Amino acid sequence: MTIEIKTSTLEPVRNTFANIERRFGDKPASRYQEATYDLQAETNFHYRPLWQPEFELNDKNRTKVVMEDWYALKDPRQFYYGAYVQQRAKMQEAAESSYGFFEKRNLADYLSDDVKNLLITYLIPLRHIENTANLNNMYGCAFGYGTAITQALLYNAMDRLGIAQYLSRIGLMLDGNTGQSLIESKQHWMENPAWQGMRALCEEMTTVEDWFEVVLAQNLVMDTLVFNLFYEQLDGKLAAMGGRDIAMLTEFMQAWNKDVNKWFDSVLKTVASESDENKALLHAWTEKWQSKVLDALKPVIQELLEPEAFNLAVAELEKRIKKAGITA
Amino acid sequence: MSKVYIALQDNDESRYIIEAIEEDNPDATVIHQPAMIRIENENYLVVKRETVEEKMGRDWDVQELHLNLITLGGNVDEDDDQLSLSWNV
Amino acid sequence: MSAKKLNLKDKYRLLTRDLDWEYSYVDRKKAFPYEEFEGIKITDWSKWEDPFRLTMDAYWKYQAEKEKKLYAIFDAFAQNNGHLNVTDARYVNAIKIFLTGVSPLEYQAYQGYAHVGRQFGGAGARVACQMQSIDELRHVQTQIHAMSHYNKYFDGFQDWTHMHDRVWYLSVPKSFFDDARSAGPFEFLIAISFSFEYVLTNLLFVPFMSGAAHNGDMATCTFGFSAQSDEARHMTLGLEIIKFLLEQHEDNVPIVQKWIDKWFWRGTRLLSIVAMMMDYMLPNKVMSWKEAWEVYFEEAGGALFKDLARYGIRMPKFVEVTEKEKEHVSHQAWWIFYNYGHAAGFHTWIPSDEELDWLSEKYPDTFDKYYRPRWELAKKMEAEGKRFYSQALPQLCTTCQIPMGFTEMDDPTQIAYRSSDYEGEKYHFCSDGCKHIFDEEPEKYVQSWLPVHQIYQGNCGGASVEEVLRDYYKLNLGADNLDIKGSPDEQRWKEWKGVA
Repeated sequence: MTIEIKTSTLEPVRNTFANIERRFGDKPASRYQEATYDLQAETNFHYRPLWQPEFELNDKNRTKVVMEDWYALKDPRQFYYGAYVQQRAKMQEAAESSYGFFEKRNLADYLSDDVKNLLITYLIPLRHIENTANLNNMYGCAFGYGTAITQALLYNAMDRLGIAQYLSRIGLMLDGNTGQSLIESKQHWMENPAWQGMRALCEEMTTVEDWFEVVLAQNLVMDTLVFNLFYEQLDGKLAAMGGRDIAMLTEFMQAWNKDVNKWFDSVLKTVASESDENKALLHAWTEKWQSKVLDALKPVIQELLEPEAFNLAVAELEKRIKKAGITA
Repeated sequence: MSKVYIALQDNDESRYIIEAIEEDNPDATVIHQPAMIRIENENYLVVKRETVEEKMGRDWDVQELHLNLITLGGNVDEDDDQLSLSWNV
Repeated sequence: MSAKKLNLKDKYRLLTRDLDWEYSYVDRKKAFPYEEFEGIKITDWSKWEDPFRLTMDAYWKYQAEKEKKLYAIFDAFAQNNGHLNVTDARYVNAIKIFLTGVSPLEYQAYQGYAHVGRQFGGAGARVACQMQSIDELRHVQTQIHAMSHYNKYFDGFQDWTHMHDRVWYLSVPKSFFDDARSAGPFEFLIAISFSFEYVLTNLLFVPFMSGAAHNGDMATCTFGFSAQSDEARHMTLGLEIIKFLLEQHEDNVPIVQKWIDKWFWRGTRLLSIVAMMMDYMLPNKVMSWKEAWEVYFEEAGGALFKDLARYGIRMPKFVEVTEKEKEHVSHQAWWIFYNYGHAAGFHTWIPSDEELDWLSEKYPDTFDKYYRPRWELAKKMEAEGKRFYSQALPQLCTTCQIPMGFTEMDDPTQIAYRSSDYEGEKYHFCSDGCKHIFDEEPEKYVQSWLPVHQIYQGNCGGASVEEVLRDYYKLNLGADNLDIKGSPDEQRWKEWKGVA
């Protein structure tokens, strides 16, 4: 009978796992801590990978970034799986209600052909960029070191798949669920000269070897510019063209972008402040990819937005770079 | 002949699903084990959305099955209306 | 506009694989470099059939619902001191093995699927692997959270990741997954999705989790079954990948068969630990290992291999040995641990009289004849104060890394020894299956980090076994190891339960 148990005998023997105690002291730990720190195998690997015999299965040398402790890259959102899916489920519920409303009221019928064309030519092709972002974050997850960063990269990769799917659904709403608009938009991605720079860059990104480099190129440089130009700035233009309702469908992307920037800015800051070598490395990568992405975006943006749009986007990127402490 | 099978967690929702499976697969065998219910049948078993909806008295998405599913055996075919398990013999 | 509504399959195709495109600016092989070196021929990725059509929005929604339910139970379990409801303190040792031996494999599965979920050129397969990767992360994390409460009240859980990288018997599961992850992407899928998930994991999750429920462990049962609901998707991926490879090119058939042979044997060896958990470590029994093997492998696996016969796939090599082994393997494995209980991170014990009777009933052809006499002797020695622990370090099988304690199946009194010579060295094995695996890929298995060799070579600190256990493994000696009888775990349990 549990009633007879004296409470004093039910005192725990220890508060948390030994690895957590070594890091944070003998006190109750959070679910994020217990589900994150030291999960990944560190030593005594049995076999070298057949596909990369120059490395161990888990190996810190797959990037030039050097960290004393890769678990320093903690996620300020404290996302472990359960916290992550529950947070995304909330966002999904809101998005579902917007998409449902849009569909039920046939709001696509009220869009002019100009707006529809613009969406098919310039917005929906972003689903292919999201697909690239999915690959790049998966790359970081697979080759990265330590659960703190790799789990966050996986959540990011899955998010990108989700965004690509939302973008595709916008297409399906425009074409009445026939898939025609997705075919057209993919044709733009494959053949429209304005998009070829971006397509070539996406292809190139999936061949970058250093996982931290590609993750930075994607999540800092590419994303800041793309999200600013194609969601924030395009929003204004769409509203002026009578396409205000589209904002209902891209709300998820905007809210999402805010959420992940919080995480990735903190990752960059921690890496940059670890050493001058790291800082110089991040700086060089940022410069390199900033010029590549800007070159690739130029033809699309010239067709889509006003000339000062670029400056606004670059200012946004510079703000983030400065905040992360990535200076020469 | 080979058996296909599906096992569900023993809870309230599963009870309706199992009623529906029994109705649509009259030859199936239902086996109760601690915390789980296993249903097996020779070669073929189907879970139909319509029947489950009838039993539950509400809309039910076939993908909701995953909330209570423990395991299955057989080739899966899933669409909007049903999930079926079969062996090609 | 008269819209032709897309069906679920076409819609899912547009929402996943249509996101991909044919590269024209860089060589696609540079982006997906590991698809060819194993000799597998893929002629057309578009023939891939998506087993389940789960888009991310539905994934978030359903998984969040599962997690909400699961964590509500974890919270209730902790608040109500659920650990007091398990059958007895012995039971908890089974889940110590789970956390130190199985949960790290879930982690490796997360890593392995992330790797193939990036490397496959076919978007259908890639996305399915990505979803499995995130599911596997879920499994390791929910297991940690379920065990977190036990860790506060019992010994042996506290340094599980440190232990997994070092402790001798944990190199059995670790090397299994290292082997799969270090292989090429297609072998990885045949190893884990097909041979392990489809053919064998039901044996771990279904009867064992049902057993957890039967022993009052709601936390473990709930995460186990909740994980299984993802597993059903994973199993289907396993079946899909094998059919896909076999349909792509006839040259794939012998390669796939070779992998099935290897991974089936590797898997059965790994599961000998589960066999022992089911037959010896659950105070309330659900079914014997032999019965579980018959239902979940012989019956279910039999149906599966009959289905695959049309592709020219046959039952795995050495399957006839497992038919005999199901009578022996749990008894032999528990005996090994009973002998090395001083060097294990969990407690051991002699089965009670009722348990011995249950084993006799479940194993009428072997238990009384071969195994009961050992336990009777152990009981007698213990009563005389002569509890015996093997002091010599055991020789390990180079392939599965289990101490050489399994017998010839036709003569269960004779320990089985096999060996091979490779580049002037002799390598030892516990069975024909393990020798065969080595002989196929000796250059891989000569790399094995064999814990006993490593201790002898001085790579595990300390000159004595005790120092290795204490300093290198970080076991709390006298608390984590030895018999349950007289352990702090037992003492606390008695206090909680008010028994002297």
